[in-house]
Amino acid sequence: MNTAENRVSENPLVICRQEELIPNSGICALIDGQQVAVFYLPDEAPQVYAIGNWDPIGKANVLSRGVVGDVQGRLVVASPLYKQHYDLTTGQCLENEDVTVPTYAIELVDSQVVVTP
Amino acid sequence: MVGHHYVEQLAGSGVTAKITVLGAEPRPAYDRVHLSEYFAGRKPEELALTTREHYQSIGVDAYFGDAVATIDREAKTVTTEGGRSFRYDKLVLATGSYPFVPPIPGADLPDCLVYRTIDDLGMIQARSKDAKVGVVVGGGLLGLEAANALQNLGLKTHVVEFAPGLMGVQLDNGGSAMLRRKIEALDVQVHTSKATQTITETDGKDTRLVMNFADDETLATDVIVFSAGIRPSDQLARDCGLEVGPRGGITIDYHCRTSDSDIFAIGECALYGGMIFGLVAPGYRMAEVAVSQLTGEHNAFQGADMSTKLKLLGVNVGSIGDSHGKTPGAIAYTFSDEREEVYKRLVVSADGKTALGAVLVGDCSDYDTLLQYYLNGIELPANPETMILPASEGGAPLLGAAALPATATICSCHNVSKGDIISAIDGGCCSLADVKSCTAASTGCGGCAALLKNVVDDEMAARGMEVNKSICEHFQFTRQELFHIIKVESIKSFEELIGKHGSGRGCEICKPAAASILASLWNDYILEEKHVGLQDTNDTFLANMQKNGTYSVVPRVPGGEITPEKLIVLGEVGKKYNLYTKITGGQRIDLFGARVDQLPDIWKELIDAGFETGHAYGKALRTVKSCVGSTWCRYGVQDSVSMAIYIEDRYKGLRSPHKLKSAVSGCTRECAEAQSKDFGVIATEHGWNLYLCGNGGMKPRHADLFATDLDDETLIRYIDRFLMFYVRTADRLQRTSVWLDNLEGGLDYLKEVVIDDRLGICAELEEQMNSIVGTYQCEWKTTIEDPEKLKRFRQFVNSDAADERVVFVQERGQPRPATEEETDQLLAKSA
Repeated sequence: MNTAENRVSENPLVICRQEELIPNSGICALIDGQQVAVFYLPDEAPQVYAIGNWDPIGKANVLSRGVVGDVQGRLVVASPLYKQHYDLTTGQCLENEDVTVPTYAIELVDSQVVVTP
Repeated sequence: MVGHHYVEQLAGSGVTAKITVLGAEPRPAYDRVHLSEYFAGRKPEELALTTREHYQSIGVDAYFGDAVATIDREAKTVTTEGGRSFRYDKLVLATGSYPFVPPIPGADLPDCLVYRTIDDLGMIQARSKDAKVGVVVGGGLLGLEAANALQNLGLKTHVVEFAPGLMGVQLDNGGSAMLRRKIEALDVQVHTSKATQTITETDGKDTRLVMNFADDETLATDVIVFSAGIRPSDQLARDCGLEVGPRGGITIDYHCRTSDSDIFAIGECALYGGMIFGLVAPGYRMAEVAVSQLTGEHNAFQGADMSTKLKLLGVNVGSIGDSHGKTPGAIAYTFSDEREEVYKRLVVSADGKTALGAVLVGDCSDYDTLLQYYLNGIELPANPETMILPASEGGAPLLGAAALPATATICSCHNVSKGDIISAIDGGCCSLADVKSCTAASTGCGGCAALLKNVVDDEMAARGMEVNKSICEHFQFTRQELFHIIKVESIKSFEELIGKHGSGRGCEICKPAAASILASLWNDYILEEKHVGLQDTNDTFLANMQKNGTYSVVPRVPGGEITPEKLIVLGEVGKKYNLYTKITGGQRIDLFGARVDQLPDIWKELIDAGFETGHAYGKALRTVKSCVGSTWCRYGVQDSVSMAIYIEDRYKGLRSPHKLKSAVSGCTRECAEAQSKDFGVIATEHGWNLYLCGNGGMKPRHADLFATDLDDETLIRYIDRFLMFYVRTADRLQRTSVWLDNLEGGLDYLKEVVIDDRLGICAELEEQMNSIVGTYQCEWKTTIEDPEKLKRFRQFVNSDAADERVVFVQERGQPRPATEEETDQLLAKSA
């Protein structure tokens, strides 16, 4: 899998409206053939997070369907397959320091969800 | 095992040496202590102690399946049978031992086998396939283990021993006799004082072999396994002129050095003080001592305690120290109970103050305590016999963990003392699991698990540390406590719960647990906006996620009764959406491989045909299995199908701490397997018998008979109360079987609560159940009727494309998920 760092930054892209997000949960967007898991945490700042949808341990595109929460203050999603935690900000897997998923710049602009791939 | 332990110790010691491992067997080191579990289905990989990859990752070169042929001490090289040659600075021989096969004519026939390696076990299994009778020659510890293996393979099993008793090394005559009695009760025939003179082949009509004994008796058998002791594998050492003992074994000093100071020998091939140490713990000590010669610590091996506790053919046997009472002046106390088949012997010093040894057969519960007295020289009570008398006779209280000195060895496999455990706790370990991973205690044979737990609990309690039962880091409560909080304060959302009683944002443990409790109490639709983020993916999408991210669909088939029309619909849906179909263990049909965006369409078709959700995705009531019952069956005494359907309809959708399964059998033949269910019902001439807290799965448990000859109404009332009491009080993910095992007062208490209403809560439990039953909704019906909710069921928020990594291949005429490699290939082809 590519990582966010070595991908050439392109123009910001509107993926959906804010109301299409599900509070305290995730959805998935397809951007340039990449699956991006987008999480909406209305009580946090920032309110939106974007990481790769591919679970490198479970080997399936499922991270957007995991339960979100925190592990000692770090915002994470737990993979729905084998429950490893991925940091929503850094993409780091908490159970295996060699595993990281890509992260993407994301923001809410006028009720639009904007991702910079 | 010992060689591998040496490698691990050396690799972790900081000594910068190039390590090469040469193994004669075709696989890396594996756990011989648990070898017999191979016959219980444990695969060679599961017995492995390491892998080639692991050796690679720690920089160890390893060659397996190529035995060392010669050692050249002058040139300092070893050469393998395959012609590989290696130079060494230091050489460690950990060649182990081989089974001794007595030189009897016929002992080399193809059906005469040994019990030592995984390959030996494979051979025993293969030769036992068409066999009826098996004989083990040798009534020692390994012989009895081999006998267990033969019996598990379904052979009529005999044990032939040359000496007058079984396990003569470890047990005295009394213990040996009790062991024989117990083993014979298990249908293993024991022949002692038997010398085999020849083994001859027969015409093969009945059995394949005949053993001829010195007393002219004979024994017919198909397979013979020799387990008459081990001999050190010292041929390599002999060939290169190293000193060996008169009866074999490579002579070593207390630094584990052989007569060549650059060559060490450890484990069962080594002879120290005229003794071979045939147990894993002393072998591990030798490995550590040998490593310490390279690190400069120069530790010494000083022999080892050969006490042992094990379960042979299901019989507990323990032997400590001087079990035969050979120490001058030794006094023995013996307790023998032929009804319970328990034998205990305690050997004490002449002054009665110290334990010298012990023998335990049939009941090893005193082993840990006696071993600690023996190893640490703890002074015995004034009447030492109380140590082995049953508790009702005024036996000594168990030696508390607190009474052990810090030097007491708790785990002998990994040499962990109580002091090591205390330092681990002082160093920050706060749970049994922490201590285990930090010290490796109880990760060898596991025999010290109970003692370790006592020591850890005791030490933590002494420090005022609470044994942490919190559900997760966000709540300092158990599931049961959370249930009470939510109920008493009428809490309706997770937000409110964590705001008032927790901290942080929650996680994948507490969120689904809270969602389950909210559902058990208030029965809201689980995909309401405030609940949806709490659900595990299975509940979110009302389907079971499979390994490739697709889902399976299981409609409810109450009682397993289904019309031909509905069967056709299932077939049509399976065909239309290209789903893999399989009959489940709970008499339903599972449709696999649905993409998330297909789920609503599939369910719409199913609901239109009259199906309901089966809650296969939820911690909820799954199925109520039934036999066909009195309507059709010649033997049925009640209509089990109608009862099963009634029960399934009543409790469907009930959210609980774990999944729930049930069954109803129409007569005592029990075709529905009700006794393996959380609640099972078996018809009688006069009504129904209710069985509770059974379980199949990981740890099977037979259900307990709870009440007999109940009428329909009472049966349902008891089940209502039982289920609600369980839902209220169980831990997260605790099945009814484990819940009952942990319920103080057990089955009798449960009867008092459910039948006698001792807590006065039965009316409330029933009312709560009625309210759940009354507010049932099919979650899939609610979902497909709500366009807002359906928006969630798509792979991408901004595209109608499908997940390209979800690819299927055909197997036996049906789709299955492609493997990673297959997916890559198929994608490359289509690109």
